[in-house]
Amino acid sequence: MNQPATAPCLQHPQEELLRSERIPHIWCSGCGIGTVFSCVLSAIRKTGLALDDVAMVSGIGCTGRMAGYIKVDSYHTTHGRAIPFATGLKLARPEGAVLVASGDGDLIAIGGNHFIHAARRNIDMTVICVNNLNYGMTGGQQAPSTPFGAKTTTSPTGSPEVPFDFCQLAAACGAVYVSRWTSIHIRRLTESLTRAILKPGFSFVEVLAACPTAFGRRNRMRAALDIIRFFHERSVIKNNTDPREAPLDFEGPLVVGDFIDIERPTFSDNYSLVHSGQLGEWPNLDRQTHTAG
Amino acid sequence: MASKAVLTGIHFMNGDEACAEGALAAGCRFFAGYPITPATEVAERMSRRLPQVGGIYIQMEDEIASMAALLGASWGGQKAMTSTSGPGFSLMMENLGLGICTETPCVLCNVQRGGPSTGLPTLVGQADMMQARWGSHGHYEIIALSPSSPQEMFDFTIRAFNLSETYRLPVLVMADEVVGHMNERVVIPEDDAIERVDRKRPSGPPGEFLPYRPEADGIAPMACFGDGYRIHVTGLTHGENGYPAMEDQAQELMVNNLVNKIKKNRDAIISYETEYLDDAEIVLVAYGISVRSARRAVRMGREAGLKLGMVKLNTVWPFPEDFIRDLAGSVRALVMPEINLGQMVLELERCAGGRCPVRLVGHAGGSIIRPGVILDAVDAVAKEAV
Repeated sequence: MNQPATAPCLQHPQEELLRSERIPHIWCSGCGIGTVFSCVLSAIRKTGLALDDVAMVSGIGCTGRMAGYIKVDSYHTTHGRAIPFATGLKLARPEGAVLVASGDGDLIAIGGNHFIHAARRNIDMTVICVNNLNYGMTGGQQAPSTPFGAKTTTSPTGSPEVPFDFCQLAAACGAVYVSRWTSIHIRRLTESLTRAILKPGFSFVEVLAACPTAFGRRNRMRAALDIIRFFHERSVIKNNTDPREAPLDFEGPLVVGDFIDIERPTFSDNYSLVHSGQLGEWPNLDRQTHTAG
Repeated sequence: MASKAVLTGIHFMNGDEACAEGALAAGCRFFAGYPITPATEVAERMSRRLPQVGGIYIQMEDEIASMAALLGASWGGQKAMTSTSGPGFSLMMENLGLGICTETPCVLCNVQRGGPSTGLPTLVGQADMMQARWGSHGHYEIIALSPSSPQEMFDFTIRAFNLSETYRLPVLVMADEVVGHMNERVVIPEDDAIERVDRKRPSGPPGEFLPYRPEADGIAPMACFGDGYRIHVTGLTHGENGYPAMEDQAQELMVNNLVNKIKKNRDAIISYETEYLDDAEIVLVAYGISVRSARRAVRMGREAGLKLGMVKLNTVWPFPEDFIRDLAGSVRALVMPEINLGQMVLELERCAGGRCPVRLVGHAGGSIIRPGVILDAVDAVAKEAV
């Protein structure tokens, strides 16, 4: 607005992947979602996939708005239902890469049942969860990610609940790729996302991000910089760690890294197998499972 | 040529199975569902048959997820369906609304049982008719068909797909437990005798395409995932470009588009049949399994010298308003048998507009309406309407 008329018109480096006409976006200053979004766009480019073959599905919430700014086929669905919508989309058009962008409340509270079953089925999709520890869009309510004792508008004296550990949950349900980063780990997050998108099966990347407007100001993280400094000072990278050994802990070291990267047949692989007629009767009683005595 | 998707021939099968065969014949290649009595046989048949024709059957974690998966599959370019009954129908209302708002073709078959709540899982009901019309929040139009036999489960499911592809919305097949479970003769025609409609797809350059700009017929072409248009689809109120538009003018335009594409085409959508109407003085208006009771009542009444006729509603929504208004002006009374305590009869009464008496023959569910009970009501209204 105040720029001189002679200022050069610079193109955004991600112009090809942005719905620029929709900018300015809705995210608050200091919010971590924009940083994560930028990493997602970089990762998509790094995969080398044709952009017409990439789709993003989201539910409702601040992170869900990513689907409205990315210039690929993008579906902004109902609260918590991004994963089952993405399941239908992927199975109907298996050649496409399907990304789900979701916040912590959307994904694990109202969408929790879909999350565990998609991971169990090993549907080929990449789920990106921006975890900002609360419901930001509605003004900062308690979520299944809110740390015990943290204040929100619906837990004004501190949350009485113990939160889920998303990475442990994903791993326990069968996700083949599980990572946790914070919004300051731009390079590592982008690399993880690239691997996650290319990995066949259910990939899960959690990104801790600042929500100074709704969450931080009610707790001892009032400014975005406080949260970023917290991430910087507390983060410890431990790749290839069992998520059970890397609980999300805001009192001790904040363990991040690429935790899980395993091979397991996807839903589609197993669907083809069971319909090929090559699978014997269940159970296979000929197989030795234990030794007597 | 023999096709695995179209089992041409004469069969003896139940309504649920006929529904599944109708879907396959219509081109359905994706089914997401959750077991529920009395609709489970649709899912069971699809789980066996879809892999034979290269399709996908997936059993979801609940009916919320099933409906969401249908919408995803539809945007993935496939014809998709699910089947359910009351409790599952309630859970599907959320994403039915998303399907309406985003104009997503798909088919949902509700094999109705007694309600409310868990109600009568194994026994018949027709009490979800208003839920079919208004069950999801907000204002919209819907298309619902009501089969009265296994043959119509086959035929109407095909029509449901064609209507959903033409008008771009989820279309409901409002069946019931008796139609779903009764075994009857079902004739499946030759493959090339089956009419199939596919959604309009865009053809112009991606840069100029507006995904929610209706064409002259009120319907916008649908760009599916991978077509290269890279569109945005949202359940928020949106403009022609598909982007959220949080203002009253945009709301007015979008909701009117959703409503008008059905209202303006209602003559092409509405379907009913008449029996013995030429000299009828009292007319039974029926849908679903109650058509069978009404037909029997008409024949019994005719044998006894009563001038009875019948209107059989093949589509229940949109309701045949103009036809009923005219009919009400030329008969002594209208009588509707339905297995609830008064749902579609409210619509019948509204359309009759006082031109003739309108009577309900209903009960709360669990059994069909007995033809004798319908005749008792006919006798009563005949005495009143002298």
